Amino acid sequence: MEGNIAWVLMSTALVLFMTPGLAFFYGGMVRSKNFLAMLMQNFFAIGLLAVLWVVVGYSIAFGRFGDGGWFGGFGHVGFKGVGTAAHLGLGIPDVLFAAFQMTFAIITPALITGATADRLKFGAYAVFIGAWSLLVYSPVAHWVFAGGWIAKMGALDFAGGAVVHINAGAAALALVLLLGPRKGHGKEPMPPHALPWTLLGTGILYFGWFGFNAGSALAANGIAAQALMNTLVAPAAAMLGWLLLERVKGKHTTTLGAASGAVAGMVAITPCAGFVGTMPAVIIGFLAGALCYLALTIKAVVGLDDALDVLAVHLVGGLFGSVALGFFADPAVNAAVRHPGLLISGGGIALLVDQVVAAVVVCGFSLVASLILGKIIDVVIGLRVDEDTEDVGLDQSLHVESAYAFGDL
Amino acid sequence: MKLITAVVKPFRLDEVKAALKDAGIAGITVGEVQGFGRQSGHTEVYRGTEYQIDFVPKIRLEVLASDEQVEQLVDVISAAARTGKIGDGKIWVTPVEQVLRIRTGEQGPDAI
Repeated sequence: MEGNIAWVLMSTALVLFMTPGLAFFYGGMVRSKNFLAMLMQNFFAIGLLAVLWVVVGYSIAFGRFGDGGWFGGFGHVGFKGVGTAAHLGLGIPDVLFAAFQMTFAIITPALITGATADRLKFGAYAVFIGAWSLLVYSPVAHWVFAGGWIAKMGALDFAGGAVVHINAGAAALALVLLLGPRKGHGKEPMPPHALPWTLLGTGILYFGWFGFNAGSALAANGIAAQALMNTLVAPAAAMLGWLLLERVKGKHTTTLGAASGAVAGMVAITPCAGFVGTMPAVIIGFLAGALCYLALTIKAVVGLDDALDVLAVHLVGGLFGSVALGFFADPAVNAAVRHPGLLISGGGIALLVDQVVAAVVVCGFSLVASLILGKIIDVVIGLRVDEDTEDVGLDQSLHVESAYAFGDL
Repeated sequence: MKLITAVVKPFRLDEVKAALKDAGIAGITVGEVQGFGRQSGHTEVYRGTEYQIDFVPKIRLEVLASDEQVEQLVDVISAAARTGKIGDGKIWVTPVEQVLRIRTGEQGPDAI
């Protein structure tokens, strides 16, 4: 019991560190005039969403724990009844579980910032992620993580392939549809301004992801150990998959490719981490890296400016990982796997069907709800900054700061 | 008096500086600049998307010289900066009307 508590305490800190990591992963890829705005959106997510989680988000997500339902209700508003006791039967204090889950609630809306980079109003962003967190994230977390209807149906999601990555990826798609492309997109070059930040952010994400996945075992046990191993090897294999395709198709291997491939592997292994063995994790990672690289072309085909490829990495990676679990889930790894995956001995199609249903429902719900929410915000306060603001850059226009003060006279 | 201006490859700067010092030059002024000539730019690739980078980083170097020194210094810079590959840069010479050393007030060739 104490060991479990110690590991989840540690994991909570690890997962929180991922949000600043994400800030730098994305921040290195934007133009220098929008670097601080990207960092700000991610850091601000910690400020707003931590407080909202205490006030009502946790209650909506984890109230009526295990009811097989759709909505957690308001019984735990203001963390009422969320204390040092372990009422949820998880073997750790409720307040620790709530803290661990808070870090997931923070990073999920922050994932969207990569798609909306360089043109989303800060105020509109704040309203969107606040409302989205309560109206989309918390309910979906209830369905999947709190023994809600998707969990009861039989679909599995170890650490958030559907709740975090499909969910955020679909919301990113909705906002890109509403926002339109960055000014000059396709006409002027918008290369990343400082890829070393992106590599550093990738390292922080990789480090924090051990808390995300292995911490989701909520115990210091063999499942946590397997999840940790899978979180190590899947991104490694995904990096190879991405770089191999990059080398074959484009003749070069790039640092951005290595970073992107690794993150694609982290995303894809998230739903699978505590349910599959090590070799399946290598296979899932390698395929995810290759698939997400190929998915980069989707945005050009459909004519969307998904600035930093949230769709290719998080939506496609999340969908792939969730479905891959239907092939590789193994009861020998985790007894919670009631229906083994298709490629596992004794396996069948039952889990695969549940996985597809869960993925499609979460994707569809998030897309539609995010479109409605985004449209309302667009009509009331406007989603997009004006052209002058975009030309000058969000850092100076919105935050009256500059990321780099080198060479000032 | 003349102003010699040279645009050279950044990694040749140390050679050029050493050669000018050996030739007895009292001072030079350098700056990092970008531009394009026959070398044109290069291509960078980010997540499969190619970007044409038109401007190439160069060093611009300025040296004041007396009329007698000019020819020798141009030769020194040219020899030190040359790699024989495209993008070695250019040197040009312009007349200078007046030079003044701020500290002492010296003027003309004495101030170089």
